[in-house]
Amino acid sequence: MDFKKYNPLENKIYQVLNHKGEVVNKDDIPSFNNDQLLYLYKMMLYTRIIDDKALSYQRQGRMLTYAPNTGQEAAQIGSAYAMDKDDWLVPAFRELGAWLVRGVPLKNIYLYWYGNEWGSHMPEGVKVLPVSVPIASQMQHATGIGMANNIKGEESVVVAYVGDGGTSHGDFHEALNFAAVFKSPVVFIIQNNQYAISTSRKIQTISENLAQKAVAYGLPGIVVDGNDMFAVYNATKEAIDRARNGQGPTLIEAYTYRLGAHTTSDDPTKYRDDKEVEEWREKDPFIRFRKYLVDNNVLDENWEVETKTNLEKEVMETFESIENNSDTEILDIFKYHYEKMTPQLQEQYDDYMSFLEGGK
Amino acid sequence: MANTLNIIQAINQALTVEMKNDKTIVVYGEDVGIEGGVFRATVDLQKTYGKERVFDTPLAESAIVGTAIGMAINGLKPVVEMQFSGFSYPAFNQIISHVARMRNRSRGQYNLPMVIRAPYGGGIRALEHHSESTEALYSQIPGLKVVIPSTPYDAKGLLISALRDPDPVLFWEPKRIYRAFKQEIPEEAYEIPIGKAKVINEGKDITVVSWGAMIPDVQKALKLIEKENVSVELIDLRTIAPIDRETIAQSVKKTGRFLVVHEAPKTLGVGAELISIVNEKAFLSLEAPPTRLTGFDTTFPLPRGEKHYIPSPERIAKTIMDIVKY
Repeated sequence: MDFKKYNPLENKIYQVLNHKGEVVNKDDIPSFNNDQLLYLYKMMLYTRIIDDKALSYQRQGRMLTYAPNTGQEAAQIGSAYAMDKDDWLVPAFRELGAWLVRGVPLKNIYLYWYGNEWGSHMPEGVKVLPVSVPIASQMQHATGIGMANNIKGEESVVVAYVGDGGTSHGDFHEALNFAAVFKSPVVFIIQNNQYAISTSRKIQTISENLAQKAVAYGLPGIVVDGNDMFAVYNATKEAIDRARNGQGPTLIEAYTYRLGAHTTSDDPTKYRDDKEVEEWREKDPFIRFRKYLVDNNVLDENWEVETKTNLEKEVMETFESIENNSDTEILDIFKYHYEKMTPQLQEQYDDYMSFLEGGK
Repeated sequence: MANTLNIIQAINQALTVEMKNDKTIVVYGEDVGIEGGVFRATVDLQKTYGKERVFDTPLAESAIVGTAIGMAINGLKPVVEMQFSGFSYPAFNQIISHVARMRNRSRGQYNLPMVIRAPYGGGIRALEHHSESTEALYSQIPGLKVVIPSTPYDAKGLLISALRDPDPVLFWEPKRIYRAFKQEIPEEAYEIPIGKAKVINEGKDITVVSWGAMIPDVQKALKLIEKENVSVELIDLRTIAPIDRETIAQSVKKTGRFLVVHEAPKTLGVGAELISIVNEKAFLSLEAPPTRLTGFDTTFPLPRGEKHYIPSPERIAKTIMDIVKY
């Protein structure tokens, strides 16, 4: 694909599959085999099941606050799928599909949302940073990881995520500028889901699009249809290749929509029209990708039913496995602030333990 | 081999020797490269170790610290400079939300061995925001270590310890005494442990705790009361977080009297914490109320007023005598 054809200053948007699942950019269909296509579809199913289950557990009072991803699966999965084994992923907090593609076990993800820090401790070799709650602050970590790669002569690249609200933050701008100045091999992906909690994207900036922010920093920017798996994949792949070839960072705006709430703590009907949501439901990345697979005889319905059943079972079992077995070890609260506990921490821990023991 | 250096030269030497020992150290910030820092702490480092390991950045403190987090995660040991501690506030979020927390958040997966250096404190007739003593702001944050040297020997040894520490260290440098005096110190690397205070003078009547640029002023105060027959135990705290409670408690148990002298504002400052430690650990030994002599709860005045703000040797001397005579 050619970034130059999609100049954000002309408000162009890159698309391969339109919302009806029709190919609008034939030359840009990635050369995936059927196994790859079905893997991507399976990841979409997986993401959606994890979301649906988490929401229902939350309503049953079995899950804490949860940030749903529905509607953004293509933006997450398509971008992460373009990464190589050794690449780093620096998430914000709504990156479920990307986490799964990069090998983060569901157990970790649920454990995090269930309120245990061990959820953020990744298995060996999974180069995914923990969730970063302070908006846009993680962008700078991504830039720094890339700068270190340049110094060490390592070839891996970094893919970092931020939301549309994050683009208002100073940290976002500083991260882009540093990355450009030091040619840090980073792909910055804005998941523009149109809302920062209740605040519309239109209130964040009067720029026509968010990819334009790249222009002033001297790096390429592009708007892609974030609900189009192929467009997201292609643009990310191109940006990753550029980064790996020493050409520095890229900013990608994945134009998408959060079909659900910001988190389980808010009510989106208060700040957006049903009509708007309905329009976006028609552009659901899931529907369009599935249609493409059906049209191209890739999807077998029996496989789909069986896969769904298996995934649902796995998701339920994973949740149940942590539900009764995830209380924080008291020592863990104290133990990880420093390599070695300070005398103060040791004393506070000992005092608390002796209180607990005395209370028995 | 020994050489005679002031504090700023000792800091430069610590970086120079340690960068040779540890190839993962990178030094960056505003004006630290070509210029060698506005106070010359990093002078010649770029010449010696190249632009890849010592470099100037865009003027953005948050990104200086934020990128250092990424570098530390990715196996390097960044040493970044905040040009003045009063300019560290744009990086406050990165320091508090991430530098301090990454190890705990990831349950030990990502520790952040990094050093944030900053000149702190007043008395150099500077513009607004160039004179702040910010150590208390950072010392309350779990996950950070805060170190302040007061001599060339300690500056070098403590900085080398900070550079070898697996945890993030804020190294706040007493800029008022950067060039105040020289000391003969070893040329090679040596460590002074973080978390250990130093007893400068042993004494039996009163414990005086201070740190950084206030130490020479306390020493001047002791000269003023030389003839008063008061035996003062002077302790240089050296590490503000974590505080060496044992050394202080032991001392007050012996002297029964306690004064802390610091430059930062009084209310909710480090002095308040030290007095709590004295109360908790040495209450029954006390013969006078533990006392603070500090900067005022005001903005640090511009140069025409700064002499009133920083506790003078005369005020320190009088306060010591008041406590002893209580």
